[in-house]
Amino acid sequence: MSSLLEISGSLNMVGYGLATIGPGIGVAMVFAAVINGTARQPEARGALMSTAWIGFAVVEALAIIGIALAFAIQ
Amino acid sequence: MGLLGLIIPMEGGEEGASHWPPGVDSFDPKPLFPGAGMDWLNTYLVQAVVAAIVVIGMWLWVARGQKVVPTYKQWLGEQLYNLIRNGIGRDALGPHYRKYTPYLLALFSFIVVNNLWGQFFLFMFPTISRVGYAYGLALLSWLLYNGVGIRKHGFGGYLKLMTMPKGVPPVLYLLIIPLEFVSNIIVRPITLALRLFANLFAGHLVVLVFVVGGSMLLEQSSYIYKAAGVASLVMSYPIFALEIFIGIIQAYIFTVLTAQYVAASLADEH
Repeated sequence: MSSLLEISGSLNMVGYGLATIGPGIGVAMVFAAVINGTARQPEARGALMSTAWIGFAVVEALAIIGIALAFAIQ
Repeated sequence: MGLLGLIIPMEGGEEGASHWPPGVDSFDPKPLFPGAGMDWLNTYLVQAVVAAIVVIGMWLWVARGQKVVPTYKQWLGEQLYNLIRNGIGRDALGPHYRKYTPYLLALFSFIVVNNLWGQFFLFMFPTISRVGYAYGLALLSWLLYNGVGIRKHGFGGYLKLMTMPKGVPPVLYLLIIPLEFVSNIIVRPITLALRLFANLFAGHLVVLVFVVGGSMLLEQSSYIYKAAGVASLVMSYPIFALEIFIGIIQAYIFTVLTAQYVAASLADEH
């Protein structure tokens, strides 16, 4: 019980935290563009969203590769 | 372990084992009947089967006895059904969405129910935070979007559609074809699976940190630790609410992306 508040672990997790900054900004930019576009032209929402989901998937892939590597590389 | 066994029944494990810090080990499979030689029959398998039964039973029950003036039950079912049929299927797939609605609906309901097991008092564990279940679901979607693409365009035509985007100068084919092949055929299902898995894995880990950490702090002698434990347990309620939200959002994203991939496979060259 004395070791309860001891901080230990791997620097990988800090690295993963840093690695999420890029995808985080990227996903935010994708959806910010969709919100802007929908506000300017509401009827284009369907077309915008379908492109946005693909873009979101590609950007999010970076964060996913990051978490995989954070656990895989010791 | 004090409050621990009461709050997280499925995280028990053997007596006296340390649960701190929670990590990858917290997700180890637990056989339903330990020592019976049936280790494949673990709690996750039971959860997935129960989820399938719940989904099938729920939709059969909702679809029974439909009337022109809907009852409350039918209204609720139609709202859920329309969310998938119109919000995902018709938006992504265009006029040919009807054929794919059953798969999308089943996929969404199954993932939502499995994700909500993480907050359900009996199980307290999201099934898909075991990566195998996510790979299985992604494999189904992978077979679907490749299958319909090959059936519509033929094998060569489908590969051409997937790997040679229109308007690229032929000089760049050497670069583009492997890149597009890896991106569309290999990376898509992996990211589909890992996105779902990683969100639920991380979410359950955060819940463990708050609940297990909070109950361990309550057992310390100092009152400052006890106060921190109370704060941690109180904070676990917003975390649970966040996890419910994330579970539903991730099921939605998985279904939307499956529909988008099918739409991309069915797209005509133009």
